[in-house]
Amino acid sequence: MLLLAVAAILWGLWEGFLALGTHFAWQHPFPVEATTMPHIHDMIRALFERPNAQGPLLIVTLLKAAAFTGREAALGFAMGAVGGFVLGALLAHSRALQRGFLPYVVASQTVPILAIAPMVVIWLGSVHVTAWISVAVIAAYLTFFPVVIATLRGLHAADRQAVELMRSYAASRWTVLWKLRFPTSLPYLFSALRISATASIVGAIIGESPSSIAGGLGGAILNFAQYYTFQPQNLWATNIVAAALGIAFFLVVVAAEKIVVRRAPEHVA
Amino acid sequence: MNAVSIRGVSKRFKGGTTALEDIDLEIEPGEFISLIGPSGCGKSTLLRIVGDLIEPSGGDVQVNGKPARQARRDHEYGIVFQDAVLYEWRTVSKNIALPLELAGWDRGRRQARVDEMLELVELVGFGEHHPWQLSGGMQQRVAIARALSFDPAILLMDEPFGALDEMTRERLNAELLRIWEASGSTVVFVTHSIAEAVFLSTRVVVMSPRPGRVSRVIPVDLPQPRSQATREDPRFFELATEVREALHLGSGDAPSLTEGVL
Repeated sequence: MLLLAVAAILWGLWEGFLALGTHFAWQHPFPVEATTMPHIHDMIRALFERPNAQGPLLIVTLLKAAAFTGREAALGFAMGAVGGFVLGALLAHSRALQRGFLPYVVASQTVPILAIAPMVVIWLGSVHVTAWISVAVIAAYLTFFPVVIATLRGLHAADRQAVELMRSYAASRWTVLWKLRFPTSLPYLFSALRISATASIVGAIIGESPSSIAGGLGGAILNFAQYYTFQPQNLWATNIVAAALGIAFFLVVVAAEKIVVRRAPEHVA
Repeated sequence: MNAVSIRGVSKRFKGGTTALEDIDLEIEPGEFISLIGPSGCGKSTLLRIVGDLIEPSGGDVQVNGKPARQARRDHEYGIVFQDAVLYEWRTVSKNIALPLELAGWDRGRRQARVDEMLELVELVGFGEHHPWQLSGGMQQRVAIARALSFDPAILLMDEPFGALDEMTRERLNAELLRIWEASGSTVVFVTHSIAEAVFLSTRVVVMSPRPGRVSRVIPVDLPQPRSQATREDPRFFELATEVREALHLGSGDAPSLTEGVL
């Protein structure tokens, strides 16, 4: 209910701003008119029209593209989550490792993904890895970082007495990790996975252009951007589908968290 | 052979604070020993040294004739902290079964023991609850059940009822005595409360701060088993007064109103 109310308000703000801007011919912050801000109903109508007379409906094209990009992002998310957790667990194991490696992990995220993506495509392409898997690797690159940080913090979040309790049972390091530190880290981990879920979509979309993949959402965005002056609503419609894909990923993580994490209601983030 | 034998134990922390100096204490099997003293007298530190959770700077601790470390490896300790420290992702039953799991008991044997323990601490029917669904007193009973589940020789308790209200604390005191008599284990119990120490213990060890030392050991000759009536026994008041005076003497104050416990 609240969700619908907020959607209605946002819709109203968009259309109100557009109407006022058109009426008074605003030039700031940008020329406000139907090309810069298409009507929302036009974006939605565009989904059910054919961009080319012989082609399929836009929504069919976009859903296929979303499925394609979704596959890349899902694989990338899985690789990034597992890799990030393993790396985080290794670093959490030893302070020396952490001091040696963590700065490089941080540095990796300061390099723009646009600079990394072509190199990944070239390297993996040279060993005949399928293009969409290269894109998944690029998505993983954006996914793993929050997971590393959350794992590091989560594995150290156990209460001192809870650790002493394990020590009093003469539990091995591995047992402490598995029975205490890992369950304690889960709420932290899931917070990171929520961020990573949406980041993996962004990574996949951006990774598609240096891979020259045209069948995904990245291809659709590049394509419709070229024809923006004539049909701005097509690009906006594509954005709506991309956002919906991101939300779907996010919701899958939230659902998984509900199943996995059993906590006091006030402790669930 | 003594259950716990503490000889010349001292502890200096990094930074130079001397938490404990030259502690000697012999505890016989089946005793209930309370460590009482003002904050900073090192009573929790001493408990942790006995349990091999931290290492002493000098001296040694023998438990049932072996070094504390070996005793810990042999699962001789059950520990109860001030907080229940239940793992919130586990049900009550699974919390109680945790030490049994680590000791490699099979599922059937674990379940049988958990049922026994739930009965002992009067929580039958709460096995499938999660910790946050229980009151503070019930959580602490789960912690006690977990500590006793594998029949440890020594039960170490660090202000286990410190965070509970007075009524709950008195009820749990009585329950703890019943459990102690039933299990026959040796208990080392850290507390701030004079009444609690006198009511529970066979001996009260009064400690003084800076550096932490044993200032007096007071045997409690109140008859067993104890009950609510014990708290109204004139001898109970005499002993409580004795403990209070030892506490004030140890901390260098004249007996005054500063210690309002009891």
